[in-house]
Amino acid sequence: MGLLDKQFSQDSIVIAKVDDLLNWARLSSLWQVGFGLACCAIEMMATSASHYDFDRFGVIPRPSPRQSDVIIISGTVTLKMAIRIKRLYEQMPDPKYVISMGSCSNSGGPYWEHGYHVLKGVDRVIPVDVYVPGCPPRPEALLEGLLKLQDKIRNHSSVKKSA
Amino acid sequence: MIIDTENNVKAQNGLRTEHMVLNMGPQHPSTHGVLRLELELEGEIIKKVIPHIGYLHRCFEKHAEAMSYPQVVPYVDRMDYLAAMYNEFGYAVAVERLLGIQVPERVDYIRVIMGELQRIASHLVAIGTYGMDIGAFTPFLYCFRDREKILSLFEMTCGARLLYNYIWPGGLSHDIHPDFIRSTKEFVKYFRPNIKELNDLLTNNKIFIDRTANIGILPVETAINYGITGPNLRASGLKWDLRKDDTYSIYNKFDFDIPVGQGLQGTVGDCWDRYYIRVLEMEESLKIIEQAIDQIPEGDVTSAIPKRIKPPVGQIYSRVENPRGELGYFIMSNGSVNPFRVKARGPSFVHLGIMDELCKGHMVADIIAILGSIDIVLGEVDR
Amino acid sequence: MKSAQEIFDLLKTKFGDSIIELVSTQPTEPFIIINPTEIDKVCFFLRDDEELLFDNLMNLSGVDDANGKNISDGDGATKIEGGTLSVYYHIESTKLRHKLVLKVSTQREKPDVASVEQIWRHADWHEREAFDLLGINFLNHPDLRRILMPYDWEFGYPLRKDYSNPEFYQGMKVPF
Repeated sequence: MGLLDKQFSQDSIVIAKVDDLLNWARLSSLWQVGFGLACCAIEMMATSASHYDFDRFGVIPRPSPRQSDVIIISGTVTLKMAIRIKRLYEQMPDPKYVISMGSCSNSGGPYWEHGYHVLKGVDRVIPVDVYVPGCPPRPEALLEGLLKLQDKIRNHSSVKKSA
Repeated sequence: MIIDTENNVKAQNGLRTEHMVLNMGPQHPSTHGVLRLELELEGEIIKKVIPHIGYLHRCFEKHAEAMSYPQVVPYVDRMDYLAAMYNEFGYAVAVERLLGIQVPERVDYIRVIMGELQRIASHLVAIGTYGMDIGAFTPFLYCFRDREKILSLFEMTCGARLLYNYIWPGGLSHDIHPDFIRSTKEFVKYFRPNIKELNDLLTNNKIFIDRTANIGILPVETAINYGITGPNLRASGLKWDLRKDDTYSIYNKFDFDIPVGQGLQGTVGDCWDRYYIRVLEMEESLKIIEQAIDQIPEGDVTSAIPKRIKPPVGQIYSRVENPRGELGYFIMSNGSVNPFRVKARGPSFVHLGIMDELCKGHMVADIIAILGSIDIVLGEVDR
Repeated sequence: MKSAQEIFDLLKTKFGDSIIELVSTQPTEPFIIINPTEIDKVCFFLRDDEELLFDNLMNLSGVDDANGKNISDGDGATKIEGGTLSVYYHIESTKLRHKLVLKVSTQREKPDVASVEQIWRHADWHEREAFDLLGINFLNHPDLRRILMPYDWEFGYPLRKDYSNPEFYQGMKVPF
């Protein structure tokens, strides 16, 4: 079992802080909704394919939103689609994260002025954790966005604040 | 397997199942984007398929009316994002025909090389994702590995991986990289044996054949009446390729074959044929690339780009053979710097219209096989 | 192979006044103007006649000609009144290798065109698109409803030149 195999002399106990342990578990297996919208979806597919290998960060596409932790909004969100995206987001279990990939879902992108059927930014319907700029962003940019999201999760605290 | 529902139901002592309406999409891993299919089922058998589209309607035609002719090029890219280079090619040819200008020979050669590389890249995605839909994950990884090589050739040329803005009306944005010719030759040498590998992996795979042969048979008359073009039409047995039949650019200078469906594993025009045509076409594209790269002349690529594109009053319908089929642009000019009307006739839009005809009488699981085999790109369906 | 002039003469003798004009002044492609409510009969003939055999509809596109009167309605927006909407048909024969362009023009206020869905099946979606984006009403079309825009879109036809965007759709702000 990897690097730690046969490295312990006997059954051991690991002591960790709650926050560290939960955050470590959450950020190391971010399952994404297998869901593509437009051009950026192709780059997202390229990211999860052989060359860039999303899998090494624990990201694997799940066909159902109910099994997923993160949704990557990869492409132009139209008015017709926005309603469905809202529903998809609501179907995901907590804690859930949103990466907005590409200019279109950040702000409408090249369609901001004359796009009568384009939603100018997915943050008008669902909250966004990380924005990845680019049209389309390179796979490296998406990986960077994912690392940023992992940083965000790492700094989260689940401890109840006392007065 | 097509099942005769009427007789089947009668055979079960008049037992009837009630029709069920099943919704598939817009979020579904096998719809290749944001397509929604409304299925009417009788048991497992499909009675009717109603596609609902428009989930990616990005108002291309409105944008084209508001932009000047060169400014339309990036929007053209984003229409069929798997074959962006070819969309630019088609648009450039249309505007040049409207203007009545000739481009230097070197431009034509580079366009053809780019176009055919793009065709291979697009077919690789089509084949890879098709395998994945059917349940074979490995070919997807192999195809994307090879596609990355083509993307790095494009990246070397214009810096972009997916949407290029490289082919402009009248020329190219800039010349190719000095290393491009050597790298392309290397790629051709590298890629040719991989087609054989792909055949071993997927084409002759028993499970794959069982899922696709004799499924979704499309007779040639129906195909023409539905406006089907490109590999899907050729799989039905009609030798119809705009590169030869309505030639443009310099395609008449090259020697290549047009593969047609022969029904090697079943009936002519089934899903397997549609898949296999794409494999064969990659081989032909390699032939064209090899010839073009050997003959490419020296010259300037930007000299014919007009300073200001202002076509005379008139209209034109110009079409090219996109990896998916006939990509036509209907451009109307009223004499100003903006087009008066641009209509893009994308092959995917037309091909999706035949889903109902192809799926009737098949099982639910066959929808995935049929949808994957007609190879649509939703960006072009909805524009 | 037949030229546009030959086909025009053939149609003129067959259909008389329904065939309005052959326009060949433009350098790019000549087209034949036809009466919008007779286009289906003409197309049936074009497809089935032994000498013509136009079996493939390449493209069907609606156009807002914007040739009416511009009327300003006070708050900056303009409306177009009068004038025409047009539909262009690009057809070809895969057997005889000739092409033809047909055009029909219809009143902006009552844009009725006969449907050719019965003749070339994929005209179905092209006509729905022209209805969706330009509001052209295709007579005898079996299923004329919006195709790209949402079914409950009630703010007009976006590709018309005098279209203006709504402020909100289903609670979502539409302009930037």
